[in-house]
Order: sequence, then structure tokens, then C-alpha cells
Amino acid sequence: MPDTATATAVRAPALELRGIRAGYGRLTVLHDVDLLVPAGKVVALLGPNGAGKTTTLSVASGRLAASGGHLHVGGQHVNGASAAALARAGVCRIPEGRGIFPTLTVSENLKLVSFLGRRADGVADQAYERFPKLRERRGQLAGTLSGGEQQMLAMARALGTDPGLLLLDEISMGLAPKVVADLYEVVGQLAATGISVLVVEQFVHTALAIADYAALMVQGRIVRMGEPADVQDALQATYLGGSAR
Amino acid sequence: MSTFVALTIVGLVSGCIYALTATGLVVTYTTAGVFNFAQGAMGMVAAFTFWQCWQGWGLPLWLSLLLVVGVAAPLFGLLVERVLFRRAAGAPPDQTLATTLALLLILLGFAFSVWPVKDPRILPRYAGSGSVTFLGITLSATQLLIIASTVAIAVLLRLLFSRTRLGLAMRAVVDDPDLLAMNGLEPARVQQLAWALSSTLAALSGVLLAPLVQLNVLNLTLLVVNGYAAAMVGRLRSLPVTAIGALGLGLAGSWSIGYLPDLSFVPQWFQATLQQGLPMLLLFVVLIVMRPDPLRAGAPRLNRPPRIPSARRAAVSGAGFVVAAAVFAAAAPGSWLDTGSRALVLAFCGLSLVLLTGYSGQVSLCTLSFVGIGSYAMGKVGGLGGVLVAVAATALVGALVALPTLRLRGLYLALATFAFGEVVDIGFFGHYFGASGTLRVDRIPVPGGGAGYFVFCAAVFAAGSVALLAVRRSRFGRRLAAMDDSPAASATLGMRLSRVKLGVFMVAAGTAGLGGALFGGLGAGIVSATDFATLQSCVLLLLLRIGGIKTVTGAFVAAVVTAVLPVVQQQVPSLGGLAYAVTGLGALTLAYAPGGLGGFLAELPRPHVPRVRWVVHA
Repeated sequence: MPDTATATAVRAPALELRGIRAGYGRLTVLHDVDLLVPAGKVVALLGPNGAGKTTTLSVASGRLAASGGHLHVGGQHVNGASAAALARAGVCRIPEGRGIFPTLTVSENLKLVSFLGRRADGVADQAYERFPKLRERRGQLAGTLSGGEQQMLAMARALGTDPGLLLLDEISMGLAPKVVADLYEVVGQLAATGISVLVVEQFVHTALAIADYAALMVQGRIVRMGEPADVQDALQATYLGGSAR
Repeated sequence: MSTFVALTIVGLVSGCIYALTATGLVVTYTTAGVFNFAQGAMGMVAAFTFWQCWQGWGLPLWLSLLLVVGVAAPLFGLLVERVLFRRAAGAPPDQTLATTLALLLILLGFAFSVWPVKDPRILPRYAGSGSVTFLGITLSATQLLIIASTVAIAVLLRLLFSRTRLGLAMRAVVDDPDLLAMNGLEPARVQQLAWALSSTLAALSGVLLAPLVQLNVLNLTLLVVNGYAAAMVGRLRSLPVTAIGALGLGLAGSWSIGYLPDLSFVPQWFQATLQQGLPMLLLFVVLIVMRPDPLRAGAPRLNRPPRIPSARRAAVSGAGFVVAAAVFAAAAPGSWLDTGSRALVLAFCGLSLVLLTGYSGQVSLCTLSFVGIGSYAMGKVGGLGGVLVAVAATALVGALVALPTLRLRGLYLALATFAFGEVVDIGFFGHYFGASGTLRVDRIPVPGGGAGYFVFCAAVFAAGSVALLAVRRSRFGRRLAAMDDSPAASATLGMRLSRVKLGVFMVAAGTAGLGGALFGGLGAGIVSATDFATLQSCVLLLLLRIGGIKTVTGAFVAAVVTAVLPVVQQQVPSLGGLAYAVTGLGALTLAYAPGGLGGFLAELPRPHVPRVRWVVHA
């Protein structure tokens, strides 16, 4: 475990979940989740299907209200804050699937980012610079882009807004390895600028390569958290059956 | 100026009104996912409020316009979103449909009680009798105003959606409300603005339409409803196509009034149906022709359907019900018995909705049309033969409605049945029930006078209920429940959805037809077409939902309320529109108890009586 005492003394953790319970209707998915993303660090959230990883991100981004426990973002208690309010406060979530508006054009998608308080052209310039493909396709409907281009467009929101906390949900899903590598290079660059990142990823090694810490989640609970090397054994033992790639 | 040009102008003017309504519909449907059945009623109330400000209180015209269209209408839109639809985000379409129907009825009830029908109200034409002549074409000031405002609105909306960040957000919320929140914008706020915009458009269409027609609550509501067809032409998505559809609809309506009478080979009643029912016919046709949505596996529903009583329990309760009815018949005064019989007949008709909508999930807004057709058959044939003809005829008509609509579900099916009901109102009841709108229908011969018929109706309802519950427990009933839960899953299991749907439609229509035959002899043997109006079908459906649409209790409760409320209203005439308002307000409780009263009762804990079989060892 990181030395939390000194970490808080310097800078409050970017995200802290304390005893979080959450679910959908009568179904409880998260039972007593404790999770910490120290400021400026990358944490990989790993676990089998249905463990509650996406639900954890939903709670952290304000999409889903926790039915119990405490949610802290940047040291502030933010239980009950809406997803939009948290987004404006600097929590940037790139959702599972494709985080784009398919019936809007690429440039219109980027323009919407300006509701986060950034100038629209600044966001677009930054996105086009990092992903030149997007500039070529700026007048095209986002839904007609390839999967990789759509994910680049989704990542452009993280690039252009300088968030405090980045929540990534399986951004590699359904993409070619080369595109995945490219996207994770961007994630690495963002992390290097001091942005805290919580990443959910099915390619364990890809995620662990950039992660400072890893948390293993099983059946709605965090069962292990620590340095990637510490978690690796537990990973293989608990759910991957030794077949992590 | 030639007749053609004059007709074209009239058509364009009504097309403009349709376009305004339809645009409002599309805006709320795309941004908030709600098809607002109350759009017409909102326009109607706006027109009346406008009359109140301008003519009633004598405010200047500009101030009245500003107050109604600029202030009251947007505020009302905000209120509707906040109170009725914020909680229902992501609710199944039939629930939001019920909510908008409830809003429609509340507004009707409100209008009927605030502006009683007996005092006539006339809205003068704007700018008096002024007119403008341009290129030899003369337009009245009102016509010019309507066309100019519609063009202005179209341009403004175009600018809003293509140039502004807000318009962009309104388009984005259609795609993905959650993602919009991740961009820092509250989706609910955007949807609220969409409601305000839509309400303003409704008010504008009502205010512009009112001087052209008389200020009549139902007429005004239904005229605006005609815009639905235009919205459907644009597939509830495209505003330009919607506008084209609206103008086409207006022109077709106007030309049909001008030129159809020249075609002497077209029978008179058919001409009348075409002229008045054109928008609804078009709505029906568009729905049938439209490419249907693909079958999708729905999200699992977490609320459990109510328990189905066992055969024994049903039989015992049924027998008890008949005995209770016999005691009531012996004790109650004669005037109560007619109302009571009416309630029982309606309850029997309600059973057809329990089967069709409750068990099978097929929303129908035209149940009473079948009842009316059954009544007509009974009136023409009479006796027991009349009952048989009524059942056979309605089952056949049910099949005719079901066949083209087999692939429609949810909202689209509801709209198709609504359109069918309206067409039947205009073309069938309007013609065959004569100018008075009434028909003499005699009772089937039952001994014992009014009391005897009352007990007979109770027995028929009880038998129908027992049979319905038996159907629900049967193989066919399980198929219906499966189809309601997930058409996609049922299809993958090899179930032929079209056969099951056709079957259930025919049985439900036949049941309604039988109910129609039983109407004979009620109210001194005169049945009235207004009892079978599509709007009444909507009321019945809502009451059933309140009573619990998956239960026999629901049918009974709905029928008693339907039969008793008009009697109450007769006693207290000041409560105009009471039935509408009560139904509408009651339907709002559905947000809290989706199963209705029947669902609530069926879930009450029962005393647990252990059955122990002692095994005695020798």
C-alpha cells in the first residue's frame, strides 16, 4: 500500500471510496468498496466480468448514486453530486463502448466539450494535433468513423480539458492492438503531466505497464490493492487461472 | 383568384398549424423520449387562456400573446417536465404514454370546468378583416400571420439546432444523455428546455388556429392532434420531413374538401370520412408502411406481475360476486340498476383490455370502437342471433386491424389503434348512428326486468373473468406473457408472434363485441356514439391501469368509475370535466404504483394456512 498518511499531507487523494455500496434497483452490485487513487498516480482496477468495475466508475463519476459509504474527489466529500457537476469539477470519464455522439459531426462532438469551460477551438486544435486523422474527418458524422477513430475522439475530451481525475473504462474494447498502444501512449502522457488515472482494462499487462498501483475486485469488493507485482499473484490465483495473455 | 389558389392557401395555412404541432412533438420525442399525446390539449388550453386574456379580461392583443405564448406556455412546459417526466426517465414507453394521456385528460377536465361549454366564446380574427394582395393572390391578415410565424419559427429552429451550443446539446441528448453529463451539462436541464420549447410551439399552434375555428375544447384538441400524422411522416426525427408532411397533409385536406364532391361516383359517407378523417387515415397508413424497429431484447423488468388466482379461487369468487349482485339487485332502487348494469357491461368490455394490454402488452386505444361495432350489430340483428353476429363481426374487424399492425409495438401500435378508433368514430359511428349520434338497440331477452338483467350482467362478467383467468393459466396465456416480456426471446424460441398476436387481437375484439351487444337495452334502449369515442377508450385504458391492468379487479374498478362519474357529474353540473380530471389525476399515481390498485391488492400478504398431511406409520 502507498503511504497514505504522507500522500494526504502533500496533496489530497484524487479519488477515495470509503465503504461504498451501490446497485441497480433491488440488486446490490458494490458491497463495501474501499478504493484510493493517490494524486498524480495511475491505478488499474482489475477483476473478472461482473465484479463491479464499471459500477465503481459510475459511482466515482456521479452517474450512479451510492446507497451507502463516502465518495471523496480531490479531498472533497461529493456524495450526491450529479455527473455533470463532477465533470465540471474535473472528473473526466471515458465510458465503456464509444464515448461519442454518433449523429453529430466530429467537430460538433469537440464543440460540446466546451461546456466544460474550455474554448472549443482550443480543444479541437489539441485533438487534431494529437490525432491528425480526426482533422481529416472533422465534417463527418462521428458514428461513421472507425472504432479506433471513435475512441480517439472520445479521448480528445480528456486531452483538451486538463482534468484532475481521468476514469477510463475498457478503452481497448474491440480495437486493434496498434490502436490500443497508441491510445495508451496518450494515457501515459496524460499521467506524466500529473493527472490521476483510474483505469479499468481487460488487457491486464497493458494496464499494469502504466499503473503505479493495482486493485483487484471480485464480487463487488476490493480484495487486494498494492504494487502491480503484489497483485499479479493474486490475479492469477483468483480469477485468471494463470492465463493472463 | 381561382378556386385552386384559394384552396391551396387554405391548405397551406392548416399545414403550417400542423407543422408547428408536429415540430413540438418531435422536439420532446427526440430529446426526452416522450411522445406527448397531450400536445393538442396544451394548444387548446393555450387558445382558451389567450381568449381569456384578450376577450375575457380585455388585455391588449400583444400583451395577451406575450403572456400566453411567451410566459405561460414555456413555464407550463418546465412544470410538466419537472413534475411528470423527471422521475420517469428511462421508463418503458407505455408508462410515459399513460402519463401523457393523463395530462391530456387533466387539461380537458380543466378546460371544461373553467370555460363551461354553455357560454359561447368567439375569438375575432387578428387584424380584423384586413387582407393583403400579392401577385393577384389575396391573403387575409390571419392567414398571412400564420404563414409568416411558421416560416419564422422554422428559420429560428434551424438556426437553434445548427448554430447554437444549446441546439447542439439538444441534439446530443438524443444520442446519449449520460455522455452529455460527462461533458458537464445536466441532461435534465436540456430536456426541460425542450419541453418549454415544445409547449411554446403547442401554444402558438393553438392560438393561431383558434380564430379559424370555433373555440371548442374537443374540436381544438383533435384538430391539433392531426399534426401527429405529420410527425410520423418525419419518423419522429426529421424536422424538415415533418414540415413537408404537415404541408402535404394540409393541402390534401383542403383539396379533398374542394374537389371530392365533384367525384360523384364516390359515395357521400366515404367522402365525409376522407375529408374529416384524412389525417388519421394518413397516420394509420404511415405507421403501417414505416419500417419497423428491429426486435430487441428488452431490459429485465424488476416489478413482478400480480399472482394469478387458482381456478378454484376464481370460481368461488365469481359465484360469490353473482350472489352479492343478486342481493344488491333486490335491495337497490331501480334507477341504480341501470347504472349498475352499465358498469358490469363495461367491466366485461374491460376484460378484453386486460387480455390484450394487461397480459399481452399490446396497447390498444380503440377498445370502445369494437364495443360500438358490436352494439351496432346487435341493434341491426337483435336477439341471441344479434349477439353471435356482434361477436363474429368484431372478431373479424379485430383481425382486419391486427393484420396490418402485426409488426407494430408500443407507441406505434398505440398510435395505430388511436388512428383506427378515430376513423371508426368519423366514418362508422358518424355515418351509421345518424345525425343524432344514437341508435336503438334492444336487450337480449332476460326474465326479471331491470333487476334480472343486472344479475345476468353480473353473471356474464363473473363467467368472463373466470374464463379469462383460465386463459391466462393456459398454454396460450403463457405465450401471451412471454410475448409481453420479450418478443425477441419468444421469437428465438420459435414462437410465431404474428399468430399469437392475431389470435389475441381477435379474442379481445370479440369480447369487446359481446360487451357491445350487452349494451342493448341500457339507458332505455338508446346507445349513443359518444360512449364509444376514442377519447373514452383512452379514459377506459387509463382507469384500467389505475385499477390494475393485469387483474380482473382492475376491469371492475375502471368500469364502476366510468359508469358512476357521469352520474355524479349530472347531480353536480358545476364539476365540468370531472371524469377527465379524476382519471388524469388518478393516472399520475401510477408512477408510484405501476401495478395499480389490483396489483397492490394481489400482493397483500395472505394469512398462511399450513396444510399438513400426517403420515401415520403403521
